[in-house]
Order: sequence, then structure tokens, then C-alpha cells
Amino acid sequence: MKVKVFVPVDTTACALGADEVAANVALHAQNHGLDIEIIRNGSRGAFWLEPLVEVESVEGRVAFGPVAPADVGGLFAAGFPAPCNHPLSLGGLEDMDWLARQDRLTFVRAGIIDPLSLDDYQKHGGYAGLHKALQMSPEEIVGAVTDSGLRGRGGAAFPTGIKWRTVLNTAAQQKYVVANADEGDSGTFADRLLMEADPYQLIEGMTICALAVGASSGYIYLRSEYPRALKVLRQAIASAETANLLGRDICASGHDFHLHIRVGAGAYICGEETSLLESIEGKRGLVRFKPPLPAIEGLFGKPTVVNNVLTLAAVTTVLANGPDFYRDYGSGRSRGTLTVQLAGNIRRGGLVEIPFGASLRQLVEDFGGGTVTGKPAHAIQVGGPLGAYLPEQQWDTPLDYEAFAAVGAMLGHGGVVVFDDSVDMLEQARFAMEFCALESCGKCTPCRIGSVRGVELIDKIAEDIDRSANLNLLEELCETMDAGSLCAMGGLTPMPVRSAVKYFPDDFNKQPQG
Amino acid sequence: MGMGSSDGTADEVVASALLKYAGDAGGVLPLLHEIQSILGHIPGDCVADIARGMGLSRAEVHGIISFYHDFHTEPRGATSIQVCRAEACQAMGSRNLEVHVKNRLGIDYGQTTADGRFSLQPVYCLGNCACSPSLRIGDDVFARVDANRFDELLVQYEG
Repeated sequence: MKVKVFVPVDTTACALGADEVAANVALHAQNHGLDIEIIRNGSRGAFWLEPLVEVESVEGRVAFGPVAPADVGGLFAAGFPAPCNHPLSLGGLEDMDWLARQDRLTFVRAGIIDPLSLDDYQKHGGYAGLHKALQMSPEEIVGAVTDSGLRGRGGAAFPTGIKWRTVLNTAAQQKYVVANADEGDSGTFADRLLMEADPYQLIEGMTICALAVGASSGYIYLRSEYPRALKVLRQAIASAETANLLGRDICASGHDFHLHIRVGAGAYICGEETSLLESIEGKRGLVRFKPPLPAIEGLFGKPTVVNNVLTLAAVTTVLANGPDFYRDYGSGRSRGTLTVQLAGNIRRGGLVEIPFGASLRQLVEDFGGGTVTGKPAHAIQVGGPLGAYLPEQQWDTPLDYEAFAAVGAMLGHGGVVVFDDSVDMLEQARFAMEFCALESCGKCTPCRIGSVRGVELIDKIAEDIDRSANLNLLEELCETMDAGSLCAMGGLTPMPVRSAVKYFPDDFNKQPQG
Repeated sequence: MGMGSSDGTADEVVASALLKYAGDAGGVLPLLHEIQSILGHIPGDCVADIARGMGLSRAEVHGIISFYHDFHTEPRGATSIQVCRAEACQAMGSRNLEVHVKNRLGIDYGQTTADGRFSLQPVYCLGNCACSPSLRIGDDVFARVDANRFDELLVQYEG
């Protein structure tokens, strides 16, 4: 029998040389006269170990990593792919603390299966949720999602069941399901990882949603910065159609669901749901006024569910294992698991899926292992470019939506970006305003003009021009943007700015340079 | 890579893309992506044809092209280089990397090298944030890029 060797095809793994590693493994196997099968799996999200090569053995899978292209020759010399003593040998990953201490529900298959094999997906529990949903009424499906306590994973944390119920109860000939895969927040990569490692889970979640609300058409709005995810999704949709899991008369149920992909064009604001809908309609991504809610008048004016990739994926677990199973994880009003992405200056960066409630410090220290540079961590930005910078005194805040809101921060999409003490927080505050100015859709004044004025004010503060008056003005500007902006872009840009000013005042009080 | 090459005239490319997308509600974004992927840019004098074919005004098409960072009406270099400017990369020294890249190429963001080989653009997150700093050359993403690594990569792509 052929020995199976797994080399990830994930963006980060490939950015670290996984394609060359796969080519070298094939070449050396040929030279050694070994009959192997190379499977390009997704990543397990332990990015600090990528490229992570695994070999199937009688005792289960054994891992080697991080394997640089130049390491492959040495591995074969040591006996690879047979279990062998080599400095890069990691043994079985199931025993590795970093993975063993996670509660993987949504990412349970990531890195294990061949992303494009429907067979693999179904052998590992895939499509169990859809088959249950096909036996249920729309009300029962929405009821299960409501009972699970699932809240939107894109950042706003709105209860998913309530959104679905609104669409279900709004009568219309045509309804839509839209997956927001415009994962623009710096420090986040969970949607990308899921789409590259386990694409059928997103497709299944969207199909369940379509059954629940009565939609026959859906769109995945994917950012153009993710070309590998696009390739995987296109192939996965085609395979699901061929297997009658998408398209007309799904599984002979009488239900149709046609799924399309729309690729964005480099606009961060299109991650805002109404801007995203405008973009799918082929327009400038201008934010819409709410109401009407997209659930009532969404895509092309029709009732539309817009959910983040991880929200739709989580629905498959809720349906397969029941709402109680999912709700039993978590803390307070944050139920289920939270997908944290450890990024920036962190030794063991990657994807950590754990129940809500652990502290930020536990995550960064226990899972993350401190900074790469070895200097003390100084500021941690949670929740993307619109999230607060947390100083050390806030690192014991439990990771749940309400606890973060209580300290003026937000979990957002779960991005955690660590900075060491070389960071200049005035520069970070300036960048927040600069980014808002670049990416504002321009529809409302506080965001469009406020962000430009914000950059100017911070430059004056840096140059010590009327510093105290300009700091007051900056606070007033933040108040105006917060209260007066149409959407979260202008409304939340003050969050990183205010946290930087409040908790890192020394950086706003330095002698001007040069 | 492969940008800037063309198998047909701009008019033919636009006409065939219109055949494909004219009936598609909201098809103008995929249409623009397709034209740009073949021609390397969206020629300004095609805007009128695109507008007519999609049932839009010229102002609307211009508005769409100018709204999205990806679309451009001027030709760019054969290979596009994008340096990530977002926070996770900043935490790992991308501010220094971007200075080095600009100096090495002798151009600023939005410009093309004199030999027409490379264009430089900023990008805000490539989803590679656990192994920063990141940059993208063509469709290839690279992780943990420092000044030396960038110079090595450039030699490969200049090859």
C-alpha cells in the first residue's frame, strides 16, 4: 500500500515554502524508489510549525515541522517517511499540548482531510447536519440555531437565530443567503483557513440556511486577496453540484439552492454587510442606511441572510450535534467556541479554537508562548483595525463579548495582534485614522472628513503643536465619529485611537523628532 | 505575472466579456476583473462600451472603477508587488520592509519601475498574519519577509 504523506496547500504554509517541500518530497521518494501518495491537505492552523508534513503510519499520523524545502533530503536520509529520529520529528499531533488543549468544533477537520474530497468530508462527519435539516421544518431549523445561542462571528455578535427568523417570516418570491468572506481585518485568517481546509463546511452551512429561510440562491463574497481560497471554493462548489448537494432538487428533497462566488476588488469597507450587498449588485460599495435591515430588504431588495463564514460553518455543528451540544461550550451570553487568531509578534502564532471565557493573557502566554522578538509584550490589539489596543492591566479580561465591551474593547472576528515594547502607539493611532481615510466609502461626513482631520491632529500632537488642546480636540472628534457615523468603519475607528491615548499616554507626550 | 499580455485587441476582449456578463445581475465587477486580468488594466476608452453593454452610464462605470483599489485604467508593470501595511505586519517590522522595498525598486506606491517589470502597491492584509511580515508578488504570497529575503525574491522574479 502507498504511504500517504500530507503537505498543506494552505496560503501560509505555501508562503513558507510548502509547494517546494511537496515537490522535493516527490522527487526524493522517486529517487529512493518509494511508492508514496502526496495529499495536499489544509492547515491545522499551527502556523508556527508550517510547513507541517505528516505521514500516515500504523500508529496514526506522525508529524514533522517546520520543514523547509532544504530539509527534505535530510529527512529521507534519516528514514522518512518511516517513523524516524530527526530533529524535526514531532510525533503524533493529537498529543501536542497546543492542539490537545483546544476544543475544535468548527476546525475539527482542518488539516486532517483532503479539502476537495467530498468522501473525506462525509467520512469525518460532514453533511450530517444537512441530512438532519432535510428532515426538519424551517421553523425547527431556525429554532435549533436560536437555541444554540450562536451569535454572528463577523464581529457584531448579533444572534443568528433572530436574523434567520426575520428572513423566514418575511414573505418573498426570492430570498438570498450571503456568506461574508471579505475577511479584511488585519490579524485574522480563520475564514481563509476554513475555506482552504474545509470548504464543504461553508457550503453545507449555507445550504442549511437556505432550507431554513426559504432561499434558492446564495453568494459567497470573497476578497480578491485570497486567490487560493477562490480556487478551492470553485472546485468544491462544482463537486457539490455534481453530487447533487447543490443546485436543483438537492438530495431529491424538492429544494433548489444555487451558489455563486463574487470576488471583491480590494475595498475593506465591503466587509460591512450593506456595502457588501451593493458590491454584489455591481455598484460602488457605499454603505446603506439601516433600516431597512438586509433581512427584510437585502440583496436586490429581497430578504437576505448575511452571515460571516464562521457563523455559517458553526451551524453545521449545531444541526449535526444539536443545539445543547453547542450551547454547553462558552461563558455568559457568549455560547459555543471562539476562534482566536494569534498574530503579529507572537512565537506560536496560529488558530486557536476554545470555548469563550479564557483570558487574553492565557492565550498569548500559554498558546502564543510570548513574543518572537523575546521582548516583553506591550500592547495587544484585539478585533482588527477597529479594535482597541489593550494594555497589560486589561489582559486578564475574559474572552467574551460582554466582558470586552465592558472595558471599551471588542472581540470582533477574534484577531489578536501582539506588539512588543518597540511599538510607538502614536503611530498606531495615526494609522487607524489613516486607514479609515483610505477605506471610508465616503457616504457620511464624520467618517470621510473626520478621519482626515484625525491624521492631521495626531501629526500636530506628534510635533508638540498645542498638544493639550489638540488632544482634547482629538477626543471630541472621536466622540463625533463614534456617535455620528453611518457604520462601524467611522464609528469604531475611535476605539483603537482612544485606547492608545488613554493607556499609552507617554507616546503622545514625547519630544518631537528632528 | 502574465499581466499586460493580450491575445486580442482591447475591443475584442471587452466584447467577449460583455457577451459573458451582460445578462448577469451585478455582473460588472466580474466583467471588470476579467478585462483587467487579460489586458493588465481597464483602458479608459473602453468605459463607454462597457457602460453601453451593461446598461449603465459612463459615470457609473467610472465610479465603480475608481471606488475599488484593484481596478486601474493605466497599464502597470509586468509583475505586481504588494507589501502588507496592516497592523500584524507592522508588529513584525513591515514599516522598515516597505522603506527597503521602495528604495530597492526605486519607486513609491502606485508607481512602476522604469524597465516596466514591477509595480508597487500597498495591501491591507493578506491573511497571513501569524507569520508576518507578508508580501505578494503576482499571485504568490511570502511570509516572514525581511530585507534580505525580499532581495532574494526579486532576483528570482527578475530571472
